[in-house]
Amino acid sequence: MPRFLTMIRVDEKNAPEGGPSPELQERMGALLEEITKAGVMLDTAGLKPVAEGSRVTWDQGELSVTDGPFTETKEVIGGYSIIQAKDKAEAIEWTKRFLKTHEEYWTITAEVREIEAG
Amino acid sequence: MSPSPEHPRRAIETVFRMEAPRVIAGVARIVRDVGIAEELAQDALVAALEQWPEQGVPDNPGAWLMTIAKRRAIDLVRRRERYTDKLAEMGRDLASAPPHRDEPADPDDIDDDLLRLVFTACHPVLSAEARVALTLRLLGGLTTGEIARAVLAPEPTVAQRIVRAKRTLAAKAVAFEVPYGPDREARVGSVLEVIYLIFNEGYAATAGDDWLRPGLCEDALRLARVLAGLMPKESEVHGLAALLELQASRAAARTGPSGEPVLLKDQSRARWNQMLVRRGYAALARAQATASGRSLGPYALQAAIAACHAHAHTYEETDWRQIAALYGLLAARAPSPVVELNRAVAVSMAEGPAAGLALVDALAAEPALRGYHLLPSVRGDLLARLGRAADARAEFERAASLTRNGRERALLLARAAGC
Repeated sequence: MPRFLTMIRVDEKNAPEGGPSPELQERMGALLEEITKAGVMLDTAGLKPVAEGSRVTWDQGELSVTDGPFTETKEVIGGYSIIQAKDKAEAIEWTKRFLKTHEEYWTITAEVREIEAG
Repeated sequence: MSPSPEHPRRAIETVFRMEAPRVIAGVARIVRDVGIAEELAQDALVAALEQWPEQGVPDNPGAWLMTIAKRRAIDLVRRRERYTDKLAEMGRDLASAPPHRDEPADPDDIDDDLLRLVFTACHPVLSAEARVALTLRLLGGLTTGEIARAVLAPEPTVAQRIVRAKRTLAAKAVAFEVPYGPDREARVGSVLEVIYLIFNEGYAATAGDDWLRPGLCEDALRLARVLAGLMPKESEVHGLAALLELQASRAAARTGPSGEPVLLKDQSRARWNQMLVRRGYAALARAQATASGRSLGPYALQAAIAACHAHAHTYEETDWRQIAALYGLLAARAPSPVVELNRAVAVSMAEGPAAGLALVDALAAEPALRGYHLLPSVRGDLLARLGRAADARAEFERAASLTRNGRERALLLARAAGC
């Protein structure tokens, strides 16, 4: 049964001020409980703003460190989950349910990637 | 980057597979027969395949499937009652409260039904094989073909096993309920045993050349996690979940590049999955917290032993004294020659091979270990450490002749040749 890493990409600039509404947090909490009870959720967390992040690059033998914010980025990874699902179709179905907890004014893209076994 | 339309049939079948255990459980409470409940759940899938492509997937697909299946269940009960004309009054009661399509299903009710299904599928009136097959089918969502491949049995055999298991449950009028009486502990034990059997079938395939069939381990692990959510106050349920998380954390390190088994002491600990290790620790902590003063059960004790290994950065740093002590507790709680053999290994690591060999030699006459390849394998290891090469070689060769696992046999013969 493969594991999947899902990265939640949000447009930080257009994200609602004040963050997720209490209703959203409640729906999300209920869904997370359901996913956990289904034995599917292994790990999940939100990430701090990208402005507080750094990029460490190795390029042609040179290391460089750039601190956020990164002006050119539109969508940033706001959170992630690691789930164990029977196949990608199941991983996608759980992801759809997660996205549907959000209000219509959100724009989010969840990238679902299978974790290499071994 | 354009959104791709999903294949509707595939998406619907996926939703069904995810919801099926709960739908079957909810319906089984009405019809009191898991076989019929499974058929009614299938009817709901057919209805979804007909209606969802036209009308779209409902907001709460699980509740939709449940409502359809329950309606059919109530129709069935009514028809039966009309036929016998005895329970007409009860039929009216059921008819007066049909489930409404938009009615949110109470999650606690669903959990209760799911737990009833767990206890029914793992009922002691069924053989261990039947319990394994029925649990994988009804709760693990595996098809008969998938189960057959997993347990290395022909598909018709597994299909028969499942049919017969359902018939046995009906014939013996096994109640669809969660046991709360004096037999609860034994019934919980029966459930945990099934999950553990499934895991072990995957972890060390006793026959064939696959050392590890990870699919089954993961099915078992997922079921253990589900159980921990359904029975959060049962210490041993958390103990089993902890044990399986910790054992699964070593899966990637347990086989070499060509699929050969790698023993614990030779495993690259950098390949142990630290996320599963942490989940194992957390589940073990829950097992300890819910034991509430009582001593830990056998699964939690085995998990505590696995946690000792996980804590050690190298094999040499392992706290063998602690492991030997935990095996002592395990031997007192659930005495078995296999536990005693493991205790001997731990003692040999803590106090030296001679002390371990004394314990192993005391087991030599144990009838339960006759033909068990790990006895000569452990003895060979201890003899090798004591410098008795010829004796060690003979024991490894004997162990190789006893194992049914091809890869393990090769490993033992290699050890014999190395003496």
